[in-house]
Amino acid sequence: MGSLRVNIAGMVFKNPVTTASGTFGYGEEFSDFFDPGELGGIFVKAVTGKNRDGNAYPRMAETTGGMLNSVGLQNKGVDHFCREIYPRISPFNTHLIVNVSGSTLEEYVEVAEKIDSLEKIPAIELNISCPNVKSGGMAFGTSPASAREVTEAVRKVYHKTLMVKLSPNVTSITEIARAVADGGADVLTLINTLLGMAIDVKRRRPVLSTVTGGLSGPAIKPVALRMVWQVHKAVRLPIIGLGGIMNTNDAIEFLLAGASAIQVGTANFTDPLASIKIVRGLADYLEQHGIDSIEALIGVLQTD
Amino acid sequence: MVFKKKIEDLIVSRNTRLNKRHFLLELTSENPFPVMLPGQFAQVRVDGSPPTFLRRPFSIHEVDPSRNLFRLLIQVKGEGTRQLALAREGDRINVIFPLGNAFSLPSSPEVLLVGGGCGVAPLLFLAQFLARQHVVPKILLGFRTKEEMFETENYSRYGELLITTDDGSYGSKGLVVDHPVFQTEHFPFRKIYCCGPEAMMRAVAKIAAFHRVDCEVSLENMMACGFGVCLCCVTPTDKGHERVCVEGPVFNTKRLGWQ
Repeated sequence: MGSLRVNIAGMVFKNPVTTASGTFGYGEEFSDFFDPGELGGIFVKAVTGKNRDGNAYPRMAETTGGMLNSVGLQNKGVDHFCREIYPRISPFNTHLIVNVSGSTLEEYVEVAEKIDSLEKIPAIELNISCPNVKSGGMAFGTSPASAREVTEAVRKVYHKTLMVKLSPNVTSITEIARAVADGGADVLTLINTLLGMAIDVKRRRPVLSTVTGGLSGPAIKPVALRMVWQVHKAVRLPIIGLGGIMNTNDAIEFLLAGASAIQVGTANFTDPLASIKIVRGLADYLEQHGIDSIEALIGVLQTD
Repeated sequence: MVFKKKIEDLIVSRNTRLNKRHFLLELTSENPFPVMLPGQFAQVRVDGSPPTFLRRPFSIHEVDPSRNLFRLLIQVKGEGTRQLALAREGDRINVIFPLGNAFSLPSSPEVLLVGGGCGVAPLLFLAQFLARQHVVPKILLGFRTKEEMFETENYSRYGELLITTDDGSYGSKGLVVDHPVFQTEHFPFRKIYCCGPEAMMRAVAKIAAFHRVDCEVSLENMMACGFGVCLCCVTPTDKGHERVCVEGPVFNTKRLGWQ
């Protein structure tokens, strides 16, 4: 049987299948369906400095091949995470990676510093790409200078693996990727949601309370795949790819385009077993194709 | 109480058209069903309908543990429900269930159930459940017209049935809140359970607050996952935004600030 193990910036993942922040809760919500410890890793829901109640309802709109959300980083804050949630989830037998978000540079630094002290959290994912908050979030991730600045500031206080999640809502994804690499990131995660909107024609009003929101689901997969491929060619850092991955085939596409691991996101909503099915599907793929290690697939796309 | 959730390809044992807009989907399985409580719901995947990306949540309408089946009362609203309406006996449908919390038990037997339109769905299961506690409620159901009434004989097995229709073609004319049962000086009920359009539930909550009677409503917010991870279906409560799919769908109206 081929090996599913991948090495990402010195971290060994038992398989390349992880779950996207904001789509998998803290992992516990899936325990009735399967053992989340079988996954390569879990990216837990975004944590901010203070309690955030998120945006007003409605926060979601179904779209063709996907959905829009404008949840707005609802969470109870970093102290609550460290005190209440961390002790509950730390026994999970997989990498737990915390998505770190904020409205100001100082908030990112504060949260990163507090998470740094948690023994069972080997990495953070800096979220400079949330489109649903009034200040911060995506604002940091859409200019190379500010993306670099926040990465550098967090790098100074965070001593473990630093991942940075990029926004697709930019003219040149490679320019942002380079800036974040220069700022000291170890790993790049891409992509976050695409800014979009939906209109209720009966009421002639936006569906979302925030008018615009983030588009996710299979509708965005081709965009995500293109960006992973472009960044893989331009920057030497390992990539964790996501955007509309629904099944094993989608996951393999991302690996071939240059991702060392993938995140399953919106698919967790429609099929809570999607991620574990992909783990098994990748093992089958290796066997069918006589491949010894999944790492042999990473970035080997032939384009000529 | 924590319930174990299941995801399973259930078997359609019957699909009954009730009228133009409503049908009853009866589901069974080779495996014994987990314990289900009134107020809980199921997330149903809709196959064969490309515009329907997300599952559709439906209240559990009726449970028959002895035959290992439960029923969903579904209103045809869009593409997804139109597709589900075509399900035939023997088809397999992927369902996540049971989800959400449940109605609480009444502390005294003077109970009123109020439902409007498709919102009557969870009240049959609730009435069934109350019967086992020897509580015989009054059940007030509102429909648009006589033609749109359904399942009334089923409800009347568990309590005294009161009906309103918008056009007066059956029962008393008007909305449920216009029914004489609410017009009495000495309000005889100690607990109201309510499900229907939000405007109706708010109006009932107001009457309940006036009479200082406990009122529970079942909310129907748009949701993506149904089991607590997407945080899309939230409603404002006295504890901030809470998930309708986990902390709800049943809420005491005091907690919602509906007075």
